[in-house]
Amino acid sequence: MSVAPTPTPQTSPVLPAPEFPLWTRAVIASRLFAVQASWNYEILIGNGIGFCVEPALRLLPGGEGGEAYRAALARQSQYFNAHPYLSSFAVGALARAELEGQPAARIERFRTALCGPLGSVGDRLVWVGLLPTCSFAVLLLFGLGASPLVCVLAFLLMYNVGHVALRLWGLQMGWEKGLAVATALGHPILRTGPVWMARAGTFLAGAAVPLAVMRLVDGGGLARVGITLVTAAAGAGALVLFHGRVEGWRLALLAGFAALVLFLLRHA
Amino acid sequence: MIVDVLVLGMLGAVLGLDVVSFPQAQISRPIVSATLGGAFMGDAVTGLLCGVLLELFAHETLPFGASRYPEWGSSSPIAGAAAAAGAATGSLQMALLFAVPFGLLTASLGGWSMVQLRQLNARLARRRLDALARGSAQTVTGLQVAGATADLIRSGLIALVAATAALPTVRWIAVQPAPLAVYAIPMLAALGGAVAGGAAWKMFHSTAGTRWFGLAGLAVGTLLVVWMSRA
Repeated sequence: MSVAPTPTPQTSPVLPAPEFPLWTRAVIASRLFAVQASWNYEILIGNGIGFCVEPALRLLPGGEGGEAYRAALARQSQYFNAHPYLSSFAVGALARAELEGQPAARIERFRTALCGPLGSVGDRLVWVGLLPTCSFAVLLLFGLGASPLVCVLAFLLMYNVGHVALRLWGLQMGWEKGLAVATALGHPILRTGPVWMARAGTFLAGAAVPLAVMRLVDGGGLARVGITLVTAAAGAGALVLFHGRVEGWRLALLAGFAALVLFLLRHA
Repeated sequence: MIVDVLVLGMLGAVLGLDVVSFPQAQISRPIVSATLGGAFMGDAVTGLLCGVLLELFAHETLPFGASRYPEWGSSSPIAGAAAAAGAATGSLQMALLFAVPFGLLTASLGGWSMVQLRQLNARLARRRLDALARGSAQTVTGLQVAGATADLIRSGLIALVAATAALPTVRWIAVQPAPLAVYAIPMLAALGGAVAGGAAWKMFHSTAGTRWFGLAGLAVGTLLVVWMSRA
């Protein structure tokens, strides 16, 4: 179900590029971190987009609560879906489109068209790129003997440099490009970034997993190494056998509790 | 113990909020949150060991939009704290053998609770569609605040219940005599390694050339393992 927007004239004159005050920009940037706070199966992050764009809408003729403000906020709070970090591109572009006085129908079409690209690019760049790459990098550090503090700080620093930069850059690009923000999605970072993230992630995974397992096992003789290798082989076999039906972590949950019961009963 | 449970409940609430609602800085990832849980119980190293084990499994579960996935924010700090509490009273191996599957189970329950939260948010939004269509800023902000608050309460409750169950249980398990306990960590580590390796393949194999990068990484990792074992 979608929200019916308040009708506005389709032939509104397009105004010159408005000012984007620093304070408004800062408030929008801070709100971007909560864009998913009301995520739901009805309008997904639609309400979050309205929440983020709202400070810019106060600059519309009539100010906060005026007719133009309410019509624009109603439009921006409809169904929307995108990767949460890349939604900043949409927020910047939609804020500019509203302040330029673009026709409502055009803004709505643009909004609909943005959902797909911002979702797929974001998933590839962040969830299948930045996040696992940072995670494997820290597992590598752990395998090399890093302390808890180093592991935690290194992960948070690596990940959030990319995360925060992506949100802020997206807002800036969205504002600069307006309805032409699609051209920004062709930027080398978004186009080739996922490829290089995947390559770095694979290299780090290959190096990190044996080292992390080695530090966890921490020597202990041939029997422990043998158990490790046999369990790894059995685990890999189970993953192949149950591929597409049961996820590995669920199998590990069962195996872990089964081993716990077995170990306790073995003595009893 | 009551104070420990309450503080862990609050820690789980804050870290659970990070998963989706605010600020998604990945302080909820197991390697961070389990370490924090362990540090709270006075043993960050054991928390880190638990966090690394959970992190290996977490690679398989990526937070894609509407999909259901384990919620690590409220579960991992409790697992890390349980591992540390168990290790302080008895065997580290048995403590981890309880804490890691318990963390996975709690994360699964957390994932289920997130689906319920999204349905609650949908009901709240559906009742206010007219106000949204009128462009009510109060409604827009109210829905955001209500969603975040409900998420904070959800994750706090999960963490509170999990901590209440985990701390006494792990303290009992860790002191039980278990001759096979020495194999607990190798078993968990090997399973985690297999799952993380499989997940890396699933995530990256469609990109051209990644298998060579993976093989090169594996060669480097194996050489380092051999070199560090001899050192």
